[in-house]
Amino acid sequence: MDWNGRDVISIRDFSKSDIEFVLKVAERLEEELREKGSLEYARGKILATLFFEPSTRTRLSFESAMHRLGGSVIGFSSASSTSVRKGESLADTIRTVEQYSDVIVIRHPMEGAARLAAEVAEVPVINAGDGSNQHPTQTLLDLYTIKRAFGKIDGLTIGLLGDLKYGRTVHSLAEALAFYDVELYLISPELLRMPKHIVEELRERGVKIHETTDLEGAIPELDVLYVTRIQRERFPDEEEYLKVKGSYQVNCKLLKNAKETLKVMHPLPRVDEIHPEVDKSEHALYFRQVFSGVPVRMALLGLTLGVL
Amino acid sequence: MPELKVEVIPEGTVIDHIPAGKWLKVIEILGLTKPNGGTLLIASNVPSKKLGRKDIVKVEGRYLSEEEVNKIALIAPDATVNIVRDYKIVEKFKVSIPDEIVGILTCPNPNCVSNHEYVRPRFKVESREPLKLRCHYCERTIEGEEIIGNL
Repeated sequence: MDWNGRDVISIRDFSKSDIEFVLKVAERLEEELREKGSLEYARGKILATLFFEPSTRTRLSFESAMHRLGGSVIGFSSASSTSVRKGESLADTIRTVEQYSDVIVIRHPMEGAARLAAEVAEVPVINAGDGSNQHPTQTLLDLYTIKRAFGKIDGLTIGLLGDLKYGRTVHSLAEALAFYDVELYLISPELLRMPKHIVEELRERGVKIHETTDLEGAIPELDVLYVTRIQRERFPDEEEYLKVKGSYQVNCKLLKNAKETLKVMHPLPRVDEIHPEVDKSEHALYFRQVFSGVPVRMALLGLTLGVL
Repeated sequence: MPELKVEVIPEGTVIDHIPAGKWLKVIEILGLTKPNGGTLLIASNVPSKKLGRKDIVKVEGRYLSEEEVNKIALIAPDATVNIVRDYKIVEKFKVSIPDEIVGILTCPNPNCVSNHEYVRPRFKVESREPLKLRCHYCERTIEGEEIIGNL
């Protein structure tokens, strides 16, 4: 696979060896960065970050990654300050921005926006979230975090908890995990179960799947618990939401029944699905997960720019 | 012999076994509605053993390729195509669903970028039986009635 100039739009475009390659490069860069403090691979290169929607972690970690590679960054973090407000099309915005930059990172509220941007642009485009569709760099950093924590992904039992119906993060992660020999516990309220077509696809790909509403029952089996936020607005009535919300809080009492080596992950932001008391425990991996965003995005920027 | 209800054409393409009432959509998809596009002979609601009722479209003086005609497979999956030269059928084929559907179907997802930007909607055929398509842009899959409703 020639990475120079390649777009990163959807985890569906990745093979297992693509994923493994990115994780390997990220690991190498993380070590190099620790040794040298800063790197020079992308010196003279410019990243444009086009955030049509707000983001804390994704935008800052892409910017940090580019700076760590020795490159520089231009961009905007809200569409309201750009010509988009005047009615400029996405295609025209992309054609303009690519004149100023060597690589584009885009987050957009519409599904498919990053794919369209990649078709228009000559420079590589990296998807930082297109509506409720894809967020491939999040998936890659999730896999990287698991691999760094356990030294492997194969053989692990992983629980995905929360809004499995609408959450793009868990859909992409489950699809990527299907490349590995893993067992999945899909833990959610009935209303927010993983869509049937995804579950079927995972089963066809050989993943052993348990669908359950019982977090307490599942917890002793797990090596990783991947928690996502349950969005209040999905529930038909407040009472239902409150019932579910209470039962899915990850706290120290719940974790008493877990394996000592269990790691808890969360794409963040969290609201109250993980109690802050868990933060100090050996189980908490979610801030380490935030850190993983930088080496993984360094790898993707460096590879697509053709400078590594 | 329903074909005889409309004039036999000397040269061109006969599309048979179109579901009754779908002929207009068929000629739209095939781009045959332009005023200088040549003569079209239409037979609609013709009795058919296979379909009960069917439509037939005859395109005079134009030979449609298999690739062109396959575009109608979504609305006329049982259609058969006869290429006529000098009043004789020289080639006959059934339409088949292509691997990719471009520009015929709009994406039912209102938040898909293809419904907002100047771009031709594109779908990859994920499965033929039952028919399942995946939008090239928003990656959602569509099936059954949703496909027909968005043609």
